[in-house]
Amino acid sequence: MQPDLRVSVGPIKLRNPILLASGTVGYGPEIAEFTDLSKIGGIVTKSLSLNPRKGNPPQRIVETSSGMLNAIGLANVGVEEFIEKKIPYLAQFDTTVICNIAASSFEEYYECVSMLSGEEVIDAFEINVSCPNVKDGGLVFGNDSKAVGKITAGVRKVTNKPIIIKLSPNTASVSEFASIAKNEGADAVSAINTLVGSAIDIHSRKPKIYNVTGGLSGPAIKPVAVAKVLEIFRKVEIPIIGIGGIMNGNDIAEFMIAGASAIQMGTVNFINPDASLKAVEELKQYCITHSIERLSELTGSVIL
Amino acid sequence: MIISDAIVKDVQALSSSIFLMQLTAPEISSIIKPGQFLNIKADSLSFPLLRRPFSVCDVNGDSFSVMFDIHGLGTKLLSEKKQGDVLNLIGPLGNGFSTQGDFDLAIMIAGGLGIAPFPFLAKSFDKSVSQFLFYGARNNEYIVEYPGLIKPFIATDDGSLGEKGNVLDLLKNNKEIFNDKRVKLFVCGPTPMLRAIAEFALAEDLDCEVSTECAMACGFGICQGCPIESKIHPETYALVCKDGPVFNVKEVVI
Repeated sequence: MQPDLRVSVGPIKLRNPILLASGTVGYGPEIAEFTDLSKIGGIVTKSLSLNPRKGNPPQRIVETSSGMLNAIGLANVGVEEFIEKKIPYLAQFDTTVICNIAASSFEEYYECVSMLSGEEVIDAFEINVSCPNVKDGGLVFGNDSKAVGKITAGVRKVTNKPIIIKLSPNTASVSEFASIAKNEGADAVSAINTLVGSAIDIHSRKPKIYNVTGGLSGPAIKPVAVAKVLEIFRKVEIPIIGIGGIMNGNDIAEFMIAGASAIQMGTVNFINPDASLKAVEELKQYCITHSIERLSELTGSVIL
Repeated sequence: MIISDAIVKDVQALSSSIFLMQLTAPEISSIIKPGQFLNIKADSLSFPLLRRPFSVCDVNGDSFSVMFDIHGLGTKLLSEKKQGDVLNLIGPLGNGFSTQGDFDLAIMIAGGLGIAPFPFLAKSFDKSVSQFLFYGARNNEYIVEYPGLIKPFIATDDGSLGEKGNVLDLLKNNKEIFNDKRVKLFVCGPTPMLRAIAEFALAEDLDCEVSTECAMACGFGICQGCPIESKIHPETYALVCKDGPVFNVKEVVI
């Protein structure tokens, strides 16, 4: 039996449900050295803002129990250089390319998407309304359902390409945000972005990262992410891309059972940059073991 | 840069706090250069989650070694490894020291565990290049004897071994060795020491490379976790893992 791993996320057709999360694959070439991008579902490029951002000073990273905190501060090359230098390179890969946008104002979101919408290489946009590591945007929007609605509606007006809204777990009700995104024209949501966390050095009494707080990722957040996916799945009819501490094929199956149509692997790329290729094989094996012909049948099959 | 399993050949305590681990990994051993590093997974579980970066200390045939002290759980687990254990690693990573160039005197300057890359570096210079090693540390516990390494000038903060004081003062007090020589400094140690020596090198117009360090998640440029201020492109950061860890002092702000 050769299980069919193809999935759809709304209008986005994927070879298999494995996407590589924004901020963990650079703009593509960085991860291509380790992973055959033509064997996975696709990649989500590093968050782009209109102008280049230098990002936060060190220290940007600290490891915590089964996880890590990061506060990179959306360091990126900006839209113009992305179009000029990164897109030609991305064009060579036979994989789905989702372009992640993180802006500091409503207008900047619309302008970024508008400038990039004509690029053939880009299959969809993921709108980061929930970066916890920049003071002038991101989380501010991610915490405000009206703002998320306004951004979604505004981006919808400037592109016909699929839009995915990346949701913050740092809110009272993630499904409320999913519902607003849906009503304003989003094709899918991805959940979850990192959780706000902090770590303090007990000897110096100083925060371990420059930004004081950072985004917690890795296996430590997986149960939270599974719960959020389940919540959205039960309350809102919108395709979900599950994210949060996924390390292997079994984790992918768990997110899909909870309601995800596809998933993103993130932090694991830092540790095992070939983990996504292994996960494809693990998923096949899971399907064979459980006599699943089409992996997409798994989505939302949780027995409650 | 490859992902590879390596077999533990030996783990030896060089002092009460410093360990030397030898690993058999033929492919990596054949291509790694002095000053490059490896990112090693201390075990296969998800805690500790991230790999740990280590400079290559020495290479002998199909094996290489890394030197470390116990800093946390990752290095504690590594110190307890036994012969035959298998560790997964990624390497060689980053840019190492430039051993070729216009110099006939190589001065290696180590602070504490910063001695780690020098056994391999010392073997890599042309025969015509003469070498000195300056070695500073908190106390004699952090000064290790490494077989084959030239006899160092030693300074310790508490005077328990060698001169009392820091390694830069020790270097300044022995400046007569520079005489009529085309000198290049190779430096590895804690950031304040790198900064002091970089300032000295720039003021004296001496060619100087420093091996920097910074917390990082991946080690190959993807996480963007290890920025260092660039003098060449101040509008963006350089990355310690990919653009370094060895930099010329003219390239970065330490």
